[in-house]
Amino acid sequence: MSAFSAIGEEREIDRDEFTPGLEPQPTWCPGCGDFGVLKALKQAMPEVGRTPDETLLVTGIGCSGKLNSYFESYGFHTIHGRSLPIARAAKLANPGIEVIAAGGDGDGYGIGGNHFIHTARENHDMTYIVFNNEIFGLTKGQTSPTSPKGHKSKTQPHGSAKEPLRPLSMSLNAGASYIARTAAVNPNQAKEILKEAMEHDGFAHIDFLTQCPTWNKDARQYVPYIDVNDSDEYDFDVHDRAEAAEMMRETESALHEGKVLTGRYYVDEDRPSYQHEKQALGEMPETPLAERYFDDDYEWERSYDSFLAKHK
Amino acid sequence: MTDHELIWRIAGGSGDGIASTSQNFAKALMRSGLHVFTHRHYPSRIRGGHTYTEIRAAADPVKSRGDGYNFLLALGDSFARNPQQEAYYGNEEIKPLSENLDELREGGVIVYDSGLLDASEIEDFEARVEENNWHVFDPDLRSLAREHGREVMRNTAGVGVTCAIAGIDLEWIEDLMTDAMPEKILEPNIEILHEAYEMVQEEYDVEAPDVAVPEGEHDEEQVLLSGSDSIAYGALDEGCRFIAGYPMTPWTEVFTIMSQNLPEVGGISEQVEDEIAAAALAIGASHAGVKAMSGSSGGGFALMSEPLGLAEMTETPVVLIEAMRAGPSTGMPTKPEQGDLEHVLYTSQGDSNRVVFAPGTVDEAYDQARKAFQIAYEYQIPAIVLYDQKLGGELTNVPASHYDREPNPSLGSTLTEAELEDAEHEGGKFARFQYDPDNDEGVSPRSIPGQKGGRFLATGNEHMPEGHISEDPDNRVYQMNRRMRKLEAIREELDSQEKSHQTQYGPEDAEYGIMTFGSNQGTVEEAVDRLNEAGHSVKALGVSDLMPYPENEVSEFLESVDKCLVVEMNASAQFRGLTQKELGQYGEKLSSLLKYNGNPFEPAEIVEGFEVNIVEGGDLPHTRTKFVPAAGD
Ligand SMILES: Cc1ncc(C[n+]2csc(CCOP(=O)(O)OP(=O)(O)O)c2C)c(N)n1
Ligand code: SF4
Ligand SMILES: [Mg+2]
Repeated sequence: MSAFSAIGEEREIDRDEFTPGLEPQPTWCPGCGDFGVLKALKQAMPEVGRTPDETLLVTGIGCSGKLNSYFESYGFHTIHGRSLPIARAAKLANPGIEVIAAGGDGDGYGIGGNHFIHTARENHDMTYIVFNNEIFGLTKGQTSPTSPKGHKSKTQPHGSAKEPLRPLSMSLNAGASYIARTAAVNPNQAKEILKEAMEHDGFAHIDFLTQCPTWNKDARQYVPYIDVNDSDEYDFDVHDRAEAAEMMRETESALHEGKVLTGRYYVDEDRPSYQHEKQALGEMPETPLAERYFDDDYEWERSYDSFLAKHK
Repeated sequence: MTDHELIWRIAGGSGDGIASTSQNFAKALMRSGLHVFTHRHYPSRIRGGHTYTEIRAAADPVKSRGDGYNFLLALGDSFARNPQQEAYYGNEEIKPLSENLDELREGGVIVYDSGLLDASEIEDFEARVEENNWHVFDPDLRSLAREHGREVMRNTAGVGVTCAIAGIDLEWIEDLMTDAMPEKILEPNIEILHEAYEMVQEEYDVEAPDVAVPEGEHDEEQVLLSGSDSIAYGALDEGCRFIAGYPMTPWTEVFTIMSQNLPEVGGISEQVEDEIAAAALAIGASHAGVKAMSGSSGGGFALMSEPLGLAEMTETPVVLIEAMRAGPSTGMPTKPEQGDLEHVLYTSQGDSNRVVFAPGTVDEAYDQARKAFQIAYEYQIPAIVLYDQKLGGELTNVPASHYDREPNPSLGSTLTEAELEDAEHEGGKFARFQYDPDNDEGVSPRSIPGQKGGRFLATGNEHMPEGHISEDPDNRVYQMNRRMRKLEAIREELDSQEKSHQTQYGPEDAEYGIMTFGSNQGTVEEAVDRLNEAGHSVKALGVSDLMPYPENEVSEFLESVDKCLVVEMNASAQFRGLTQKELGQYGEKLSSLLKYNGNPFEPAEIVEGFEVNIVEGGDLPHTRTKFVPAAGD
């Protein structure tokens, strides 16, 4: 019997279960795109069929990092840029739980960029939501890695001299096996993409455009948006790496020309997740490790029996 | 040569197989009934560069390297660059012979491979041999090895020669080679061993040096382990089944041992992108209900600073290992030092709330690694095992029975689903960070994701009982006090242990004291023996608990002596500073003996430091610092 009876429990799930009983006053500004992510996530969960008790939402630091204050599940609000290594280890420790990581563009593409590359490369089975508002929200509006070239802020008074980072392309090159972009102003598409991402067996990265009306006034509200999968204007195969790469590049450039392209960009269902790779090598147990600590019948190995002979 | 101990130094180049040859030789001596202790010296290079391992063997227990040594096997650096040219590093090929002469005792033995080394290149070699009454053997080991096998088997030839001169029965070596070597190379190696043994007996007067390996007998089965082995086995026996790391000398050893062993016991090892990730992974795994560890050496541990604070604030149990090496910065990667004490105690923002143990010996490394896990999981606090390249790399014999213990896989203060049903909840969330003024230990049990009814928010921000972020001043003080109270409870638990982590040594009523922490313990104890034999009245205290500090034990010790020498391997007397900070007195009794040249203390240096600082130091300010050896030495 599992020590974690919430895992895999079959029952009707209500969207309201994901609203905390004691809901803290939101610290988000009125009109903030972050509300859109919260709403879409609450809608997606029942459709994926996962309950609050079997979900771990790991966040970084930023306005975006507050997501798990307003979302009911197990939560870990970590430190700036480090949600991914914490989240992926939790998944390795207990693959039964649904692991979602979330944070800002500064958090995930800047200070945590190294973790992003390596988590994508390893293809851990989890969902990663990046709230991309092209700005540092919480620290009051400094230029972020995705701010457009020329963007002025208090710390870049003459405008940023840097080309913005290309999150989708970076993700593809690093090895993510599901890559999408959606926008807070498009909750239906967002919900569908979140659902697909959670159901995907591998690292699913969602670049989520979240408007910041407080600090990024010159930026768009990300409307109107075009869904590249639905529009007749675009024709590419999300299973084809080269076509996906081209579409991503176009999408990233278009954003800074005022054109908001969204949708699924790359889906690789064949690539095994990290857990499966590791298990195939015999480096990860088939039964979730976390269960073992609650199993009274487990015979714990002793180094005296297992390893001491070579020292005699 | 003194007959009660053999101190055999095998010297060659990095990559010449010095480590494995010496390990096998040490094990053979252990099996023959002797106590052994090794000391390793190596450069931060893969191929080439002078390296040696010293094996001290005696019938009685040995706890330290000796003062100098009495038997040199110089193989020559076969990977030396520009061996014939005057390079920046000098003639490297000859170094295994030339660099080791200063510490060779009078009457000692030199065996060098004349197939590779030419002693006449060393200035005044003949004169020094004569002056020190050394016995020189110059067989061509290289040719012998080539003739019967391959050149790399020179090491075996050297061991054969050693046995002939020191009177060691070849059977011990053969047995070991049979266990350790694949069949293909076993045969030629055994042949070379015998050839070399007989050749020296025929061509040299092996009776000339006054050498005999001592004879001994163990009263129970022994195992040969390093501090790194012991830490890893301690972790495994506490049910640790997850490690994340990034290579860095000398911590890599523990990481490697764990990575090789974990798959066998259904555990997980992750080599990750950097040490920030490594510590974060350990925290993530622990949060999800697995006993987890990470670790590094100074530089990597610096990167773990922020995750460490997160573990303190979220009360996530985790064990971190810190293998010190000489700093600052990249420092001297393969050299031992104890300069990271303050770093480990205080790094990360806010008030420190962690446990730090520095084991003094190989067997303590096992015990204290286990205790670190037990405390970490019971009290939901990070626990750090602090050691150094010295303890990590030294091999010594320990009774096998020391490791014959029950495993303890307990997750500590963790609730089951059944217990969660009755636990306090707030707005649907489990009150995981409860404030209860009657709870003396300060520990509030946790739940694990996936458990029904255990939902809570873990956050690095200050938080309410169910985890919600809060800056309410009353709650802040409650939570802070509760977390800090854990350290007091841990101190009480440690004080009530049957066997203290602190080790007292020497006559209880001694006039003077010597205090140290971590890996110097054995060397200090040997110095205490010698000082007492020489008519002084001295005892020692080896401290392992650095946070929470063992106030009572240390003040009792200091109360009982007139003066105390504090021995540590760093330049700023960090341990003495900690002692004064924690006790707030005794400053005038303490005097420091510091060493930071990259080599661990020899017992004689501590004897000398004591005589200069404590015995003769009467008219000097007692807090005076004595640096040993003098600069340039
Ligand atoms: C190590 C560290 N550096 C800096 C900060 C300060 N800080 C907090 S959030 C943040 C950036 C927030 O931007 P982003 O990640 O894009 O999140 P947003 O607020 O826009 O959602 C910074 C720099 C910190 N908390 N930790
Ligand atoms: S500052 Fe911007 S990102 Fe932060 S809550 Fe306000 S609107 Fe949202
Ligand atoms: Mg942002």
